[in-house]
Amino acid sequence: MENFTPFASLVGGLLVGLSSVLLLFLNGRICGISGISGGLTKLPGAYENHEERLWRLAFTGGLVLGGVGAGMVAPAAFAFAIERSTLSLIVAGFLVGVGTQLGSGCTSGHGICGLGRRSPRSLAAVMTFMVTAFATVTAISVIFGGSL
Amino acid sequence: MSELVPGAGKRIAVAFAAGVIFAVGLTIGGMTLPSKVVGFLDVVGTQGGWDPSLAFVMGGGLLVFMPVFQLVRKRQRPLLDMRFRLPTAKDIDARLIGGGVLFGLGWGLGGFCPGPALTSFGAGLMGASSEALVFVPAMLAGMASYQAFQRARGAKP
Repeated sequence: MENFTPFASLVGGLLVGLSSVLLLFLNGRICGISGISGGLTKLPGAYENHEERLWRLAFTGGLVLGGVGAGMVAPAAFAFAIERSTLSLIVAGFLVGVGTQLGSGCTSGHGICGLGRRSPRSLAAVMTFMVTAFATVTAISVIFGGSL
Repeated sequence: MSELVPGAGKRIAVAFAAGVIFAVGLTIGGMTLPSKVVGFLDVVGTQGGWDPSLAFVMGGGLLVFMPVFQLVRKRQRPLLDMRFRLPTAKDIDARLIGGGVLFGLGWGLGGFCPGPALTSFGAGLMGASSEALVFVPAMLAGMASYQAFQRARGAKP
């Protein structure tokens, strides 16, 4: 397993946990990326006050700007390295967008905060998207030779 | 549009910092490498051995979040705001499961979940990930479509 990076992944996970804890302990909010970024696609007037949109914008901006910095320092950390057509990427992005809104969360909100709160609802969500993603990757690999 | 209430500036600054830290964590953890995501999701190892690394990202996140959540539960309010805003839904229904299935399909197909997609989008602006520049607009379109669908149904999003 030459690609196995338990230490780096653990350190990365601790930082993700730190971010979630800051948002919870200081601001009282759950750190769910699909909920935060999805909130930005709501119409003006969907929120009762200005701050509801601004903090989501600030978090999402930090996430993107962090990526800008990381992309400059370590572009290799963003190597795509799987074979997917542009159409597949568009379909995949759309599915992730709709699915995370319909299911009220993703890997962060259900995965870390939800499981961390021992929420049965989040456990059901995590098991559903993990099993589906396992099956999807296996199917693409077996049926399409890993390229779609 | 209402004025910002006192303390909003601090909370918005915290949100920005949390976003930056989250992005750095995802990058160090390997979540922004779709090949690594696929290597993790490919449990049966059809493309070579299974790479369990990304379980350590979730494990690390839980290691920090779980104990702090236990502490937080005993508090009346967060440090910088008047109340906690925690999810109240408990039901395991068709929406939750259906959404999970659609998300799982998209994650397996594209190799990005929302956080790594947005971080990679930033890297993409620097020329490091052209794929995220395609994926993220499609993801935001999917989110906006869901909101529009909910509005058309007259439901609360």
